[in-house]
Amino acid sequence: MKRDPILTARGLVKRYGRVTALDNCDFDLYPGEILAVIGDNGAGKSSLIKAISGAVQADEGEIRLEGRPVSFRSPLEAQDAGISTVYQTLALSPALSIVDNMFVGRELRKPGPLGTWLRMLDKPAMRAFAREKLNDLGLMTIQDIDQAVETLSGGQRQGVAVARAAAFGSKVIIMDEPTAALGVKESRQVLNLILDLKAKGLPIILISHNMPHVFEVADRVHVHRLGKRLCTIDPKKHTMSDAVAYMTGAKQPDDVNEAA
Amino acid sequence: MTDMTQTAPPRGQSFEHDLEKSDRTVAAFERTKRGPLGTIQHGLHGNPTLVPVIVLGLSIAAFGLIAGGKFFSAFNLTLIMQQVSIIGILAAAQSLIILTAGIDLSVAAIMVLMSVIAGNLAVYMGVPAPVALLVAFAGGTGAGLMNGFLVTKVKLPPFITTLGTWSIFYALNLWLSGAQSIRSQDIDKAAPLLKFFGNTIAIGNARVTYGSILMIVVFLALWFLLNKTAWGRHVYAVGDDKEAAELAGIRTDRTLLSVYGLAGLVCAIAAWASIGRVGSISPQAYYEANLHSITAVVIGGISLFGGRGSILGALFGALIVGVFQSGLRLADVDVLWQVFAIGWLIIIAVAIDQWIRKVSA
Ligand SMILES: Nc1ncnc2c1ncn2[C@@H]1O[C@H](COP(=O)(O)OP(=O)(O)O)[C@@H](O)[C@H]1O
Ligand SMILES: [Mg+2]
Repeated sequence: MKRDPILTARGLVKRYGRVTALDNCDFDLYPGEILAVIGDNGAGKSSLIKAISGAVQADEGEIRLEGRPVSFRSPLEAQDAGISTVYQTLALSPALSIVDNMFVGRELRKPGPLGTWLRMLDKPAMRAFAREKLNDLGLMTIQDIDQAVETLSGGQRQGVAVARAAAFGSKVIIMDEPTAALGVKESRQVLNLILDLKAKGLPIILISHNMPHVFEVADRVHVHRLGKRLCTIDPKKHTMSDAVAYMTGAKQPDDVNEAA
Repeated sequence: MTDMTQTAPPRGQSFEHDLEKSDRTVAAFERTKRGPLGTIQHGLHGNPTLVPVIVLGLSIAAFGLIAGGKFFSAFNLTLIMQQVSIIGILAAAQSLIILTAGIDLSVAAIMVLMSVIAGNLAVYMGVPAPVALLVAFAGGTGAGLMNGFLVTKVKLPPFITTLGTWSIFYALNLWLSGAQSIRSQDIDKAAPLLKFFGNTIAIGNARVTYGSILMIVVFLALWFLLNKTAWGRHVYAVGDDKEAAELAGIRTDRTLLSVYGLAGLVCAIAAWASIGRVGSISPQAYYEANLHSITAVVIGGISLFGGRGSILGALFGALIVGVFQSGLRLADVDVLWQVFAIGWLIIIAVAIDQWIRKVSA
């Protein structure tokens, strides 16, 4: 069965001064799958997802979402089109509360003139929604949802960032190294969350250095090397050491499109 | 909890299977035991306005004891309000900029320039006073937007931008006024509306000027915008971490531009109030008010690093300065010690801010 990809990129180029972070890079994401993107540090994984999510603009190349060409000038435009991203840096505002962070850019206004004329926020509704989402995602039990994010631990912050990306009915979720800062147990919760999102039919792009995690949850693995896609492999047909050998250049893949 | 273990085979690597039996409360928002100092630190972190409120209360009480009834009278307390009203309104504008991690050295220059423009139009050129004031409001907004444009589009640091525009606005003001004041009698004759905020309401010995009331209204309105609207949350987010705010989906440059424009408008409102407060329009007045507005903001507990503090803090900061000046004067202390005391207040306020910011989970 040949499905159509939901998100594709062709020939992306992104240069930072003399560094070419993306060098004619292709990318495909299919509906309902978990696609892992692996690669050495500096291979250009974050640059790829930043280009896809509107955080940076590619110098060349084309991105299509559901077959239509898109070019996002800002992360907001990508969000509006249904691409939610958990950045490696999380992109939370430390001094703002959990609720404020979850709703940044999508705040709910009070019904009636208070909302229309005074543009007043509907804080009770926002609190209820945020609490529900955090509980749904099974990430944490909330005591004080008005707590500033900077008073949370690394894992809790990650949870807030993931919940924000997952909460607003998007078409694609991108996570850049979501477990890098986490302990064993917190990593497990994030992985379970990813599997739950997949069970709801959402396609997910997962960037990770953790091979056991990648091989456990991914349907396909995009191996990124020197700013482009080297190959896509099926994790059931390859070992973790194969994957590491490809991404470090120790070994060349026989079939670059095995899992396409 | 994502607890599918009863129905589905356990997920994960074999070494993780024992996790199912582990304590499940780790990711909860635990309350750890804190010492008394830690409790204070956390309390202040959640309520940054607490420090200036306490300082204001203590200083009123202290000067009440030292200077006695002279200080602690309705007359004197309302006089203090009146004396700080212009710096207070400028501090409100300054707070907006400082919340975005910027600084505005041009607030007082915008104010004086706009009072000169309104005065010239209404007193010398026969323009109806309401129209003259509208021109001044538009001019103040435009001056603020010019700062904002230089900061967001030309990407100049706010300090340098407003250092430059301070001189530019000041020079324009000297040019337009010919370095001459507009006399009080001339304003009374041609455009008494310009002195509207000099009117007072007398309740017993208290003399509340319209200007004092305006100051409080300006602060409450800005407090509402900052705390009850999405725009306000975005201002804090941008000041906190601009890059994160951009990635989270805020149009940061647009937010910054609106902040500078609004601050300019508030400066123009201060211009109107200043005509009532001073009586005349003097191009040389308020030359140091830029720095005084920053003093009020800092003493009010708003962080110079942006994103932290309540705008109401700046109101209390302005009042604290007024209370110190009035109290020390009534206690017959030399003016130089007033300046000395304010200097220490600034340093202590910033030190407390640094300490509060170190709060951790
Ligand atoms: N904003 C930037 N400015 C300059 N160089 C950058 C920037 N972002 C990334 N790079 C460079 O681009 C390359 C790819 O980086 P990145 O996409 O972060 O890789 P990865 O996420 O795979 O570790 C690296 O050489 C990095 O130094
Ligand atoms: Mg990266």
